[in-house]
Amino acid sequence: MTTYVLKRLAQAVPTLLGVVVLIFFFVRALPGDPARLYVGTDADLATVEAARRQFGLDRSLPEQFVFYLRGLAQANLGQSFRARLPASEVIVRHFRATIVLASIAIALATLLGVLLGVSAALRRGSAVDLGITTTSILGISTPSFFLGILLIYLFAVELRLLPVAGSVSPRGLVLPAATLAAAGMGTIARFARSSLLETLGNDYIRTAYAKGLAPRRVIGKHAIRNALIPVLTIVGLQFGFLLSGTVIVETVFNYHGLGWLLIQSIEARDYPVIQGLLLVFSVQFVLINLLVDVLYAAIDPRISYG
Amino acid sequence: MAELAAPAVAPRARKRASVWLRLLRHRSGAIGLFLTSTFVLLAIVGPWIAPYDPAKPDYLNLTAGVQADHWLGTDAFGRDTLSRVLAGARYSITIGLAATLLGALVGGAWGLWAGFSGGRIDSLSMRLVDVMLAFPGILIAIGLVTLTGPGVGPVIFASAVFGVPVFARLTRASTLAMKERAFVEAAHALGAGGGRIMLRHLLPSVIAPVIVFATLRSGSTLLVASGLSFLGLGVQPPAPEWGGMLSDAQLYLAVQPLMAFAPGVAITLAVLGFNLLGDGLRDVLDPTLRT
Repeated sequence: MTTYVLKRLAQAVPTLLGVVVLIFFFVRALPGDPARLYVGTDADLATVEAARRQFGLDRSLPEQFVFYLRGLAQANLGQSFRARLPASEVIVRHFRATIVLASIAIALATLLGVLLGVSAALRRGSAVDLGITTTSILGISTPSFFLGILLIYLFAVELRLLPVAGSVSPRGLVLPAATLAAAGMGTIARFARSSLLETLGNDYIRTAYAKGLAPRRVIGKHAIRNALIPVLTIVGLQFGFLLSGTVIVETVFNYHGLGWLLIQSIEARDYPVIQGLLLVFSVQFVLINLLVDVLYAAIDPRISYG
Repeated sequence: MAELAAPAVAPRARKRASVWLRLLRHRSGAIGLFLTSTFVLLAIVGPWIAPYDPAKPDYLNLTAGVQADHWLGTDAFGRDTLSRVLAGARYSITIGLAATLLGALVGGAWGLWAGFSGGRIDSLSMRLVDVMLAFPGILIAIGLVTLTGPGVGPVIFASAVFGVPVFARLTRASTLAMKERAFVEAAHALGAGGGRIMLRHLLPSVIAPVIVFATLRSGSTLLVASGLSFLGLGVQPPAPEWGGMLSDAQLYLAVQPLMAFAPGVAITLAVLGFNLLGDGLRDVLDPTLRT
């Protein structure tokens, strides 16, 4: 097991190195001059030059690259152009908001998704099944920016039950979390349904019935537990997607998390913050996928750690 | 060879006909086919059947609700919302389809080539795919469209690249499985070159999952493309792109919610159509893809 984890971690290293290089050149290739954006259109050339020197943009590209790598090696993302703070500090400030939002959303998506998927599978072909299947595919097909606007209209404009813009207060989290959860819920429900249906067709389920176990025990003890193992993979993958989905949801709700910060930093061409954010997003994504594989291998004894 | 190949044509044609029939008998597949063809038709004729010029303002009739001469009301410039949604189909649907097709073509060719070549080309390709897939979902598209600047072409390009690594990985996997089969070995033995084996022998056997996946992927590509325009990075106003229209409508939500509902429902139904059609095609063509 430990060898397997170490091997997977080692495999992630070249990928992340590629990511680091790609991010640097991507940011440098962005059109627009950060120094000019920072000092404003009215400033004279000397001021622009001063800002450029301050940001280290007057140096050659290879020099900047070495500087960036050296910083990363010391866990230093550089100074934010806009906030005059270390980029890492700017990111950490917004990190909590996104983690809170994404965690609530994935919990909601998993809970509802599994509940709906299992209910649909147990009543296969009924009206309940049709209703749940329809809800799931609608959840997947509705763009989060439309669902968000719809929920704002319903609960904030018409019913006046919840605040329009997301704040970190519990009430302000309801609408963004529900919006973010919808697509994941649909995917998880569909997957849980087909996984349970497949499990229910297995021989050992027939055996369990044949030896006279009550349906409740067969389904609860034998079927659902086995059916949910592959669902775990989907939950993990959805969590990864959810984190990037925050870019749009946080924009709709003006919720100041990492996604919102990314769009703001791109507009301001705040290189160090963009670099840091992209790195955070991709490291998270790679680690989550790794964790899912490891957990899967740990839970399902049929998978070897080869 | 020619005499051998000839009789194979007839059963294949029959099989293709039955795919359509089976798709029509598949409930969600039929609904998907109906929705998808409606939207593709709208992308073609939409701008012509629109009752008004989608860009023409009417300052005496701003943010109107449902009326006899404006079925879906008007927006903040007095432009007819129905006309804008109809004309917008040409933007949104065309972008979604073109981007998926481009992504499938480039990714598919790449995966086929990598899987067939093996060795260093393969491992280098898959490293690159891993790096691209290390950026979750929409981030790659956002990054690319900020590089290229806004517009229809850039959105198609960015949304296509978003699909390339996934298609490359899928096609490579099927190619790897197929290239060990006897018919490929036979082609090698008969002296066929690499290009001929890839195009004539491997491509037909790996294409079914690619088609199914491309259909399923059209929905998410449409979501990403309209998401870019919603964020203000994609197609720019006054073009009636659905994502951009939703972004404009946000400010007037309390005044005229129809401005948001009309394009929102249009995107949802279009994505739903592609997803249902993809589900149906998967069940009919390639049940092993079921996940």
